[in-house]
Amino acid sequence: MHTFEFIRPKDAKAAVATAARAKTAQQGADIRFLGGGTTLIDLMKLNVETPARLIDINRLPLDKIETTPDGGLKIGATVRNSDLAHHPKVQRDYAVLSQAIVSGASTQLRNMATTAGNLLQRTRCVYFRDTAMPCNKRQPGTGCSVITGSNRMLAILGTSEHCIATNPSDMCVAMAVLEATIHVQGPPTRGSRAIPIGDFHLLPGKTPERETVLEPGDLITHVTLPPPVAGSRQVYLKLRDRVSYEFALASAAVMITVAGGRVTRARVALGGVGTRPWRSPEAEAALVGQSVNQANIRKAAEAALRDAKPQSENAFKIELAKRSLTSALQMATA
Amino acid sequence: MSTTQQIQTTSPIGRRTPRVDGSLKVTGEAQYTSDFHFPGMLYAVPVEATVANGRVLKLDTAAAEKMPGVRAIFHRENIGKIFRSVPEPGFEGICEERRPPFEDDVVRYYGQYLALAVADTFETAKAAADAVRVTYEKEKPNVATELQSDDDPEAVLATSEVILATFGPQNRLESERGDAKAAFADAPIKIDQTYVTPAETHNPIELHATTAMWESPNNLTLYDSTQGVVNLRSVLAQMFGLPEENVRVISKFLGSGFGGKLFPWTHCALAAAAARQLSKPVKLVLSRKMMFQAVGHRARTQQRVQLGAARDGKLVSLQHDYVYDRSMLDYHHEDCGEATAYQYSVPNLRVTFGRAKRNIGATADMRGPGAVPGLYATESAMNELAYELKIDPVKLRVINEPKIDEGLGLPFSSRHLLECFELGTEKFGWSTRTPEVGSMKRNGLTLGWGMAGCSWIAARFLAEASVQLRDDGTARVACATQDIGTGTYTILAQLASQKTGVPLDKVEVALGDTSLPPGPLSGGSMVTGSVAPAVFAAADNAIASLLNIAAMTPGSPFEKRPPTDLAFENGRVFVKVEGAARGVPFADLLRRLNLRVVNGNGRSETTFGNPRPKFSTRSFGCHFVEVTWQPEMARLRVSRVVTVMDGGRIVNPLAGRNQIEGAVVMGIGMALLEHTTYDPQNGAPINSSLADYVMAVNADHPPIEVYFLDFPDKKINEVGARGIGEIGLAGFAAAVTDAVHHATGVRVRELPIKIEDLLV
Repeated sequence: MHTFEFIRPKDAKAAVATAARAKTAQQGADIRFLGGGTTLIDLMKLNVETPARLIDINRLPLDKIETTPDGGLKIGATVRNSDLAHHPKVQRDYAVLSQAIVSGASTQLRNMATTAGNLLQRTRCVYFRDTAMPCNKRQPGTGCSVITGSNRMLAILGTSEHCIATNPSDMCVAMAVLEATIHVQGPPTRGSRAIPIGDFHLLPGKTPERETVLEPGDLITHVTLPPPVAGSRQVYLKLRDRVSYEFALASAAVMITVAGGRVTRARVALGGVGTRPWRSPEAEAALVGQSVNQANIRKAAEAALRDAKPQSENAFKIELAKRSLTSALQMATA
Repeated sequence: MSTTQQIQTTSPIGRRTPRVDGSLKVTGEAQYTSDFHFPGMLYAVPVEATVANGRVLKLDTAAAEKMPGVRAIFHRENIGKIFRSVPEPGFEGICEERRPPFEDDVVRYYGQYLALAVADTFETAKAAADAVRVTYEKEKPNVATELQSDDDPEAVLATSEVILATFGPQNRLESERGDAKAAFADAPIKIDQTYVTPAETHNPIELHATTAMWESPNNLTLYDSTQGVVNLRSVLAQMFGLPEENVRVISKFLGSGFGGKLFPWTHCALAAAAARQLSKPVKLVLSRKMMFQAVGHRARTQQRVQLGAARDGKLVSLQHDYVYDRSMLDYHHEDCGEATAYQYSVPNLRVTFGRAKRNIGATADMRGPGAVPGLYATESAMNELAYELKIDPVKLRVINEPKIDEGLGLPFSSRHLLECFELGTEKFGWSTRTPEVGSMKRNGLTLGWGMAGCSWIAARFLAEASVQLRDDGTARVACATQDIGTGTYTILAQLASQKTGVPLDKVEVALGDTSLPPGPLSGGSMVTGSVAPAVFAAADNAIASLLNIAAMTPGSPFEKRPPTDLAFENGRVFVKVEGAARGVPFADLLRRLNLRVVNGNGRSETTFGNPRPKFSTRSFGCHFVEVTWQPEMARLRVSRVVTVMDGGRIVNPLAGRNQIEGAVVMGIGMALLEHTTYDPQNGAPINSSLADYVMAVNADHPPIEVYFLDFPDKKINEVGARGIGEIGLAGFAAAVTDAVHHATGVRVRELPIKIEDLLV
């Protein structure tokens, strides 16, 4: 780990002003905000991230969960994953979010990890995490080791020839179906912005080192969720090798409303298979207006994976993701 | 029924005994190796090779050396002399990686140590190690998973080729009787399958740790997380050219080892060499990543098993031909055929092996070495044969139960495998199994039921012990052997308490220090069986000495009686004809005679590798496993386990159950999760973290029922105790794969079973 300067800003404005001096807010940033540290400190120990300055935002007043005037939910950036998952309103109205969070990591990690940190969670691709290995995400232009390496855990949706790193977050998959909005306070030149979660994460393309739309100085202050959808049912289903404490091989978040035997509204997202949290408008379109039955559910799953591109070791993820989505939809419509 | 666990309440041996060191561990008072700190201590971090095959062209240490707080960057040119170590009689001088560290500039596996950064703090040492720049001449590494034997496959039959292995010469024709090939050709029913087990990595939670210090230029003390302080002493004495008595090794508590800490690795010598060069204590603790590189792992195996049987299930031929991989320079022998020759009665048998060199770190013993992968293969083949014959797999085993060890041609000292099957089938409810694939359901889940038998060697290593009786009524028992975490402190306290009558909480146990009487490796499941006779002999000698003193010493109440008139029982000395009730507590006697202690030493000889044994001594057992299968989400879980063990007398049933449960959970990992993957491009063990090397966690732990038979094996020692540390893992994976086949119809022959294997 490299020596770094540790800064505790007096308020969000000061935090933003300091961070705005960074050259980038993406991979290799020289200035980083520190939340729970469960990703960042880990990567610093591995020399994958080597920031010269850390801005500790844990003492800023960003740790509240509040109801918004429209009946939605406002979640502060430093709300711990455990507190969010066990919040009564989240458990009642946004069950998919609660289920997704508790399916991830371990209790100890969830007690530290923050909402904003989880939005920015980095990939678990082992080649990204090892500075001895070429990796386009960590060091642009060095090549991708995993496409020709051990790629069982890697993504099959949204990949490019430069990077196939999986986005590992469970929380983000649930937030995708809940259509969360990410609120960012930037430096005066950009000001505050509200970014729909679907626009927040970037596909790797030719620039896998860029994972989000954040620019230097952009501080995530909170996330909002729209008001609960009456009559909707929500399920998060995560499939993996062992029972607990493992990243998803495939997961599915669904939020579905059925009236008169037909789907009137559907939100579907997949985890463990995409280079970003993978919302599937194709599956949603295949479901809406259709009657709820095995065949239609399977069609939606087929639609969600139509563009999947497997690697040498992970073709099974296509079928696994379909079964994950099919099972989640069946559970939500049973 | 006589086979249920006997719980004795009057004798310390056989009583369910909580660990005597339990409170030390849960309060953090127990000192593990990395907990020791010494004045002026420095920290060392190795520089690891990032290629698996090549040569070091340049080692640029300039930047690292300039960092504040860095004391030295050691490498081949400046580390000083480190000699080679060779095995010595009595299981000493053994290390799996035989090349002394830094001996040449050739890199033969990823993670090989190339340099060592030493600094005032761990953080600085790590930063300095990271700052060392290495330039290589690279070659493509060979980490191919398909194993073709490098050893001539024909030579094994033509010449009975003998190869050198860690513990001595091995015949590649491991066992042979009758004409297995011809009998197989004529057999009406045949099974011919190849089973594969992957490289597995020991992942004890306690990392390897070493602190070395030189008390003088000729006296080395090493604190080390080792399963064998005595062996490590002899290795270090050789590597630094010292008399053995000038080397002291201490290992007070271990956070387990699973065989990975059985024999020392090169970082021990590096820490000692660095401490020598700097004249300061040097601590070296490996990272989790390093645990996957230069400190051993279970070899990958590829095993062909051919079974020939009559239609009634009687075996007529068994051939077991296996290949395992090994490092470029070393010769660890993964003895997959260890149990093959004696597990079943079969007139025609042949066991052979070959080896394949790879650019990997040295392979090593891992819980149940050899027999665990071996029994996975042979027990899997037996299950496939049972399915082919439409015979219940338990019945198939009963049909082929041998009367003697047909491999050695010797009677078993004690073998109660049939009783294991009997109890296991009853406790599991096996008789309600319907053999058709997918035919059993519960709560919407498909069930799979599978079983397998298992065995493990039982023998004794050389052991010495001392027992002291003290004038405050306490006793002390001492042996250099170490407690790997399995409960050896408690076992020694029980043994000493049994003989001396001193209550457990008044018995002090001293372990894990070469300054104590030499004790065995914590390996081979042999500590309990080995130390029991030594502790008993030591206690007997202490008591004999006490009786002599009682009879001979002026002022003694027993003065002038012949010692033979006296006896000792439950802590009291008495005149035989008067009975124990009128005896004197030994503490009173010692105080009256102004004696602080009376001492006894004991020794018991090794039986391991005995060239002329009279009996075949083994432990036996069986597993019954239930899995649940949900094809709609490809979810497989081990849901229920019944394990029955015939391990002789169980000295501490509480710790014993703990051993078997732990082994079963490890078996779930072996069957469904664990594998070390080498990157085909650079040869790195690529999943080298606890997140990426997936092991069973608590949530994977199903209800596990453990039963011990109680047939003391007096042929092995007076207590009748054989070892049970490893056998719980043997056979388990074969029971799981058969349960998976029963549930899904998929026969997986390469471990671990992965989700993708079942997505058909």
